[in-house]
Amino acid sequence: MTQLIKVWDISGGIHPPENKAQSLLEPLATLAIPPQLVLPLNQHIGAPAKVLVEVGQQVLGGQLLAEADGVFSAHVHAPTSGTVTAITDHVVPHPSGMTDTCIILDTDGEDRWLALDEAPNYQDIDKTALLERVRAAGITGLGGAGFPTAVKLNPRANQTIDTLIINGTECEPYITADDILMQNRAQEVIAGTQILSTLLGNPSRVVIGIEDNKPAAIATMRDAAAGTTIEVVSFPTKYPSGGEKQLIQILTGQEVPAGQIPASIGIVCQNVGTTAAVYRAVRFGEPLVKRITTVVGEALERQRNIEVLLGTPIEFILEQHGYSEKKASRLVMGGPMMGFSLPDTSVPLIKTTNCILAPSRKELPPPEPAQACIRCGMCAEACPADLLPQQLFWYAQSEDLEKLEAHNLFDCIECGACSFVCPSHIPLVQYYRAAKGEIRQHRSDKEKSDRSRRRFEFRQERIDKEEAEKEAKRLARKKAAELAKKKLAEQKAAAPATEQNAPAAQPATTAADDDKQRAKLERLLAAAQDSLKQAQKPQDDATEEQLEKQQARIKQAELKLAAARDKLAALAPASTVPPAASKPVADDPVSAAIERAKAKMAMAPEEKLRTTLESLYKRLTKAEQKAREAREQASDNAEALEQGVAKLKEKIASNQKELSELAPTSVAEPTPRNSATPEAEVNVANDAASQAIEKAKARAAAMGTMSVADKLRNQVESLEARLEKSQARLLKAQADNDANLDAFKTGVEKLEVKLAATREQLAEHNE
Amino acid sequence: MLETIAQHPIASALIALIGLALVFGALLGYAAVRFKVEGDPLVEQIDTLLPQTQCGQCGYPGCKPYAQAIANGDAINKCPPGGQTTINELAALLDVEAPTLDEEHGEESDIPTVAFIREDECIGCTKCIQACPMDAILGAAKQMHTVIADECTGCDLCVEPCPVDCIDMIPVASGIRQWSWELPAASHKQVANLIATDSGRGHTQRNTSDAS
Ligand code: SF4
Ligand code: SF4
Ligand code: SF4
Ligand code: SF4
Repeated sequence: MTQLIKVWDISGGIHPPENKAQSLLEPLATLAIPPQLVLPLNQHIGAPAKVLVEVGQQVLGGQLLAEADGVFSAHVHAPTSGTVTAITDHVVPHPSGMTDTCIILDTDGEDRWLALDEAPNYQDIDKTALLERVRAAGITGLGGAGFPTAVKLNPRANQTIDTLIINGTECEPYITADDILMQNRAQEVIAGTQILSTLLGNPSRVVIGIEDNKPAAIATMRDAAAGTTIEVVSFPTKYPSGGEKQLIQILTGQEVPAGQIPASIGIVCQNVGTTAAVYRAVRFGEPLVKRITTVVGEALERQRNIEVLLGTPIEFILEQHGYSEKKASRLVMGGPMMGFSLPDTSVPLIKTTNCILAPSRKELPPPEPAQACIRCGMCAEACPADLLPQQLFWYAQSEDLEKLEAHNLFDCIECGACSFVCPSHIPLVQYYRAAKGEIRQHRSDKEKSDRSRRRFEFRQERIDKEEAEKEAKRLARKKAAELAKKKLAEQKAAAPATEQNAPAAQPATTAADDDKQRAKLERLLAAAQDSLKQAQKPQDDATEEQLEKQQARIKQAELKLAAARDKLAALAPASTVPPAASKPVADDPVSAAIERAKAKMAMAPEEKLRTTLESLYKRLTKAEQKAREAREQASDNAEALEQGVAKLKEKIASNQKELSELAPTSVAEPTPRNSATPEAEVNVANDAASQAIEKAKARAAAMGTMSVADKLRNQVESLEARLEKSQARLLKAQADNDANLDAFKTGVEKLEVKLAATREQLAEHNE
Repeated sequence: MLETIAQHPIASALIALIGLALVFGALLGYAAVRFKVEGDPLVEQIDTLLPQTQCGQCGYPGCKPYAQAIANGDAINKCPPGGQTTINELAALLDVEAPTLDEEHGEESDIPTVAFIREDECIGCTKCIQACPMDAILGAAKQMHTVIADECTGCDLCVEPCPVDCIDMIPVASGIRQWSWELPAASHKQVANLIATDSGRGHTQRNTSDAS
């Protein structure tokens, strides 16, 4: 069959020796179940999966061992039945040779499986369910990096996919896993392709691309695809046509823009192995627990393709193939161009392992020492991504990250074509990989430093604000102290110094012109008080409902009363207190104390009780309702809830009692109205408040006038009080055997020292 | 009009030029006022290059003051946390030769660290909170304190104030997910185990396949 479909060419590329024949001599074989499987939690790109099993747990084949952590992650299933013997750090296949968390599964050899959720009529399943089946099977790209397949099959809403490409290129030397898969299971690949096509909304073009060095695979695939709209395209062999972007260019002539994914130009690419796995997942509900891998190299007695369980230790595979450590120059996972050396034969086979290469020294000798770049330009000719490898090398050497990015380092697919052709044997790709890591690190550092700057600036702002506030307060205090001093001096001048302690407390003089207004207000006050009294009277033998109504009435009366008092109070200071004292300074402690005292006055004790009572009622109704519900549902909490209700009732009762006791006295208190002169009335009403005011003022004044000795005495007193308190705390800490005992002790000691010092000072002063 | 121009070519040319000068002058003057840049852009630019560790090793109370000092002509090689990379970037920005790090201010360390409070020893004195320029320590008086590792820049400033010495600087976790390739060593002798980057591979492979 001649090919009529046009294919394009990529720039660059090389023709390394293929070395594919040796592994194709034997048919595909299935490897036995090894005694132990090592399953890394992170076999894909993205977040590691979260462990669901415990050490010692018996598991069946196909059971979920670890679930995907977020979208960019993939499930890990048990490849066979056995016991989880450890969840621990183990060397994993990674170029770093480092360890990572793995589930260790001791197999029992019985290979018992969970019942799988088969779907013989999978053609009828809708897209969401299909995607869910793919996700549930933990499928990731089997060809290269191991990108979670479900993510790739779920393009963004604004990306319509018009071309689906199935990648059967397998351009890297030695590897034949995809080749043998297509030869043996062409039907599965085709069926999988159809499923993918459905998932992507039936793109207009579906192509399977295969290099022309696999004639057998091409033939079987063409047969299998007969009668479908799937095109099977072959194109000339060249490394690296299997790169995603390269293959897209070969099959469609389109170029994926730098830094973007193929979906941005309406193309999705999937590997043939992944496609077959998708079919098995959808049709049979089979999770991804095994794959086909090429085992090849002259250090082995047997070279072939095997189907093997994920997690099988490489040493087990090597044993089965007559590996001779003496002959091998190294052990490679992946192909000779893009693979990496394995540090250890105990590493397991994972989802992305398409080849295990054990070459002899003759096959793959150690690299020759690198020489200086002679600027021959062969690397630029070989580069499939149209980069200038020699320039990149230059900048990577001098760590010029900016220039590297400007020369599109991130378009480099690390194919190794450049280092392959370089006559100076420069390990170019390693430079690029290192530089990429450096740039990524740099980017994240930048991000962090930006965040740090914001945090630091924010903190600075906050501290500045605090400082400013403190400064303002300090100024205000100073001003108040000065004022008090001045006032004191004035008073001293005006009157003999008998009333030193209460300079401003006497609302002494009354302005005559306010008399009328005050009289009116007093009448109002009296009326309000009367109605309050009335409302409160029949309280003792009232039912709850009545009580509530009454309380509302009381409230109203009280509000009126408070308003009247407020007015009166407002009138009083305006006319009675000397102007200097009434001038409120915003943050002055004296006026703050006054405010507080006023506020307290507004809330009489009985009112306070009443508010508590009200809130208690509310809580009671809620609690009762809850208890009822709980009882209806026969919940365990019912009893506890009922207890709560009982307690609430008790509290209410005690509160009511208190209220009834309080009510007559507190109402009686502010009503000596017949006898009082206007001034007295004001004084009584403002009693508590004015006391507090007086105290605060006295303190402020005293601060200014106190002698040094007095100050010291005060200090001693407060220190003594503090010491007493800390000692008590220390005792308690000792009793509780507190962890901070030492801290408490040092605190007490410090206080003692301070106290002694102050006392000494005082003694000195008294002398 | 045309006649006057024709008769006094030099005068009219002069007038035209003066007119243009006035118009553009006004335009530029307006633009300078209208699009005035707040702050000193050079200081801002320098500040973005500094690592924002706020450690004070440069001798200034933070990165911004050092940025200001650089703008005023101070040396650019006083920041150890930034190291050579930062010096290079600063040199590129200011268009000067990049000096090496001034060892007097400390050495560049390859291993980033974060503070770690041994929580059972913390007495909750809040001293470290006050010292941390990043607000990266969480705690209250008499409560155990802890460091938000993600926000900690490893500046070291909290270690000294702690009265019970319960703060350690520990290296940032460097696991498999933080790993990245290193540049090949100059001699390439120890790269014997690297594969994709093996330069000699292709040639010998060709030889073997020729032989077989
Ligand atoms: S490794 Fe990068 S630079 Fe070298 S040939 Fe491949 S794509 Fe080009
Ligand atoms: S092939 Fe090697 S020697 Fe030639 S220019 Fe590229 S890096 Fe330099
Ligand atoms: S030494 Fe560097 S990181 Fe530390 S404060 Fe100075 S500029 Fe900032
Ligand atoms: S926690 Fe300590 S080391 Fe970290 S940023 Fe704050 S003060 Fe610096």
